[in-house]
Amino acid sequence: MLANVTLLLPELVLFIGAMGLLMVGAFATTDATRVIEYGAISLLLIAAIASWLQGDTVAQLAFGGSFIVDAFSAFMKTLTYLTTAVVIIMARGFMQNENLARFEVPVLMLLAAVGMGMMISANDLIALYMGIELQSLALYVLAAIKRDSLRATEAGLKYFVLGALSSGMLLYGASLIYGFSGTTNFAGIAQAFTVENGILPLAQVVGMVFLLAGLAFKISAVPFHMWTPDVYEGAPTPMTAFFAAAPKLAGMAVFLRVVISAFPDALAAWQQIIIFISIASMVLGAFAAIGQTNIKRLMAYSSIGHMGFALVGFAAGTEDGVAAVILYMTLYGVMTLGTFACILSMRRDSGMVEQVKSLSGLSQVRPFMALCLAILMFSLAGIPPLAGFFGKLFVFHAAIDAGLYGLCILGVLSSVVGAYYYLRIVKIMYLDPPADEANDPMPRELSIVAGALAGVCLLFFVYPSPLIDLAASAGQALIDMPAPDALLTGLFEATDAR
Amino acid sequence: MTLTALAFYLFATVSVASAFMVISARNPVYSVLFLILTFFNSAGLFVLMGAEFLAMILVVVYVGAVAVLFLFVVMMLDIDFAELNEGFLQYMPIGATIGLILLLELLLIFGASTQLVSQSALPQATPEGMTNAEAIGRVLYTDYIYYFQAAGAVLLVAMIGAIVLTLVKSENPRRQSIAAQNARRREDGVELVDIEPGQGL
Repeated sequence: MLANVTLLLPELVLFIGAMGLLMVGAFATTDATRVIEYGAISLLLIAAIASWLQGDTVAQLAFGGSFIVDAFSAFMKTLTYLTTAVVIIMARGFMQNENLARFEVPVLMLLAAVGMGMMISANDLIALYMGIELQSLALYVLAAIKRDSLRATEAGLKYFVLGALSSGMLLYGASLIYGFSGTTNFAGIAQAFTVENGILPLAQVVGMVFLLAGLAFKISAVPFHMWTPDVYEGAPTPMTAFFAAAPKLAGMAVFLRVVISAFPDALAAWQQIIIFISIASMVLGAFAAIGQTNIKRLMAYSSIGHMGFALVGFAAGTEDGVAAVILYMTLYGVMTLGTFACILSMRRDSGMVEQVKSLSGLSQVRPFMALCLAILMFSLAGIPPLAGFFGKLFVFHAAIDAGLYGLCILGVLSSVVGAYYYLRIVKIMYLDPPADEANDPMPRELSIVAGALAGVCLLFFVYPSPLIDLAASAGQALIDMPAPDALLTGLFEATDAR
Repeated sequence: MTLTALAFYLFATVSVASAFMVISARNPVYSVLFLILTFFNSAGLFVLMGAEFLAMILVVVYVGAVAVLFLFVVMMLDIDFAELNEGFLQYMPIGATIGLILLLELLLIFGASTQLVSQSALPQATPEGMTNAEAIGRVLYTDYIYYFQAAGAVLLVAMIGAIVLTLVKSENPRRQSIAAQNARRREDGVELVDIEPGQGL
């Protein structure tokens, strides 16, 4: 039992800490929001370090095989917790200015992070669903946190209703899979299904398709993307930054884990699904973003497109492919957070602005902010030698090795189309005349975050090997999981020992 | 044995009849009360099947929480039910179709159930030597502790969310001050006034 608890340590720290901070907030006589924000950031840092330290161990199971800790989960969790901590730092100023600084916000973000950790470590359909619901429920509330605003409430409600729909699909798929395999454990499912030529029996395929549809919704891949632009536009900007970064990392991690550990032999069955949603996401992300005037909406389509690019590596189904997805998601997180740090700085005397055209001539008024945003936009477009280029290089390389030439050609073409709207922002900032009303100076914490993340994008090519090695070892841990038999015996031993 | 059969037919008849009344009653409050009757009778059916834990949960959760909540909603919201009932016939065909499909599916299951039972050993609802509440309790807090705690965390988030999104902090809430109440004397609150007849105050 104690071994179980040790493996769960990062999530336990976050969860117990969140409840403690909630008590502080509820009983404090003065406004404790500041203290709770610092508390939440330090808890997330502790949890990130604790998950990082779990990275060296071989795959270990806890709670009767429902919770798994390996190098992959350790890496993704560290990333997710750090992302959440950065978002809390970025959100502080905005929440204060917009009168949204309430102590529940960091607490809810902590609880969402617990859910994400549970998703990443899920090794069982029930554990997966519990993690997803814990995460999503906290996100629905955060989307609607500006409750006096019609747009924010609409965003929250839309997110909630469509999220419930996707959970329904996920559960329907899970129930079919459980019905046909008799177990909810991923290793057990892999063992129970007889796969011929990579194709599952029809009923199992239906179950898998529903499961993947539910998961595709969480990473907003086309055709399950409809909620994304409206929610991103309506939610308060720091919450949009959160939605665009952390849940995407966790969602992609759980997507990889489910497919690779529960359907390892059914490559032909899931590969075509992944290829389809990957192409659809890349193309829609590229074309739909062109006409957007609101920068948050534009970022929503950009994030849909990037999910498509990440899935290109996944479609390869190889170890290199999985490592490429992990690297891509890491760099995507860095670029998205940096971009949102700049969007959060789009403030004038009259309040926050969200229109792309209000960036015009920014290079003359705020050269540092314009430089950061330009670097991030070039990186998002995938222009060498910035970080985004390497992300795309690795996913396409993995897909070419797997012989998916058509997918790569479509991917590169939509990347070219996508470059148009990223470069348009750079053009507006550098070549257009300044706007009538000058942008306020960047708040200090935002300029530090934006500068640091833009610096990472700019200088990634100088010394890329540590991150590439980490992604490779995380991918290897996921692909080279001990055979289902070995994990299953481990499961029974764990149950007996108790 | 006859007693069990008698009890089954009693519970089954009453639950079907009251379920019918739920949708046909004109007054929505009656509908909710019939719903509660349906729940109680279904709980009786569960007891007959040996699933007493499920029966208790049905009564506690559905009657105790859900149905009472319905009752509050029905009483507090001013809904014009005559207007709602107008479209009833309009939806009749689609309702009948769904009912028919469900009936066919049930018949199919009845046909297949004998085969299914022979194919696989069904798990025992009541393990040897313990009640099923005890059997659930033995695994719920040991094997399934992780799921149980996770469900608790989900409910905590739901509770925080409901409070964050709806609670309006009033500027000057008039809270009860027990000290002030106890410190009040009769002389502070009561004044005796002599009023002449026919004068008024």
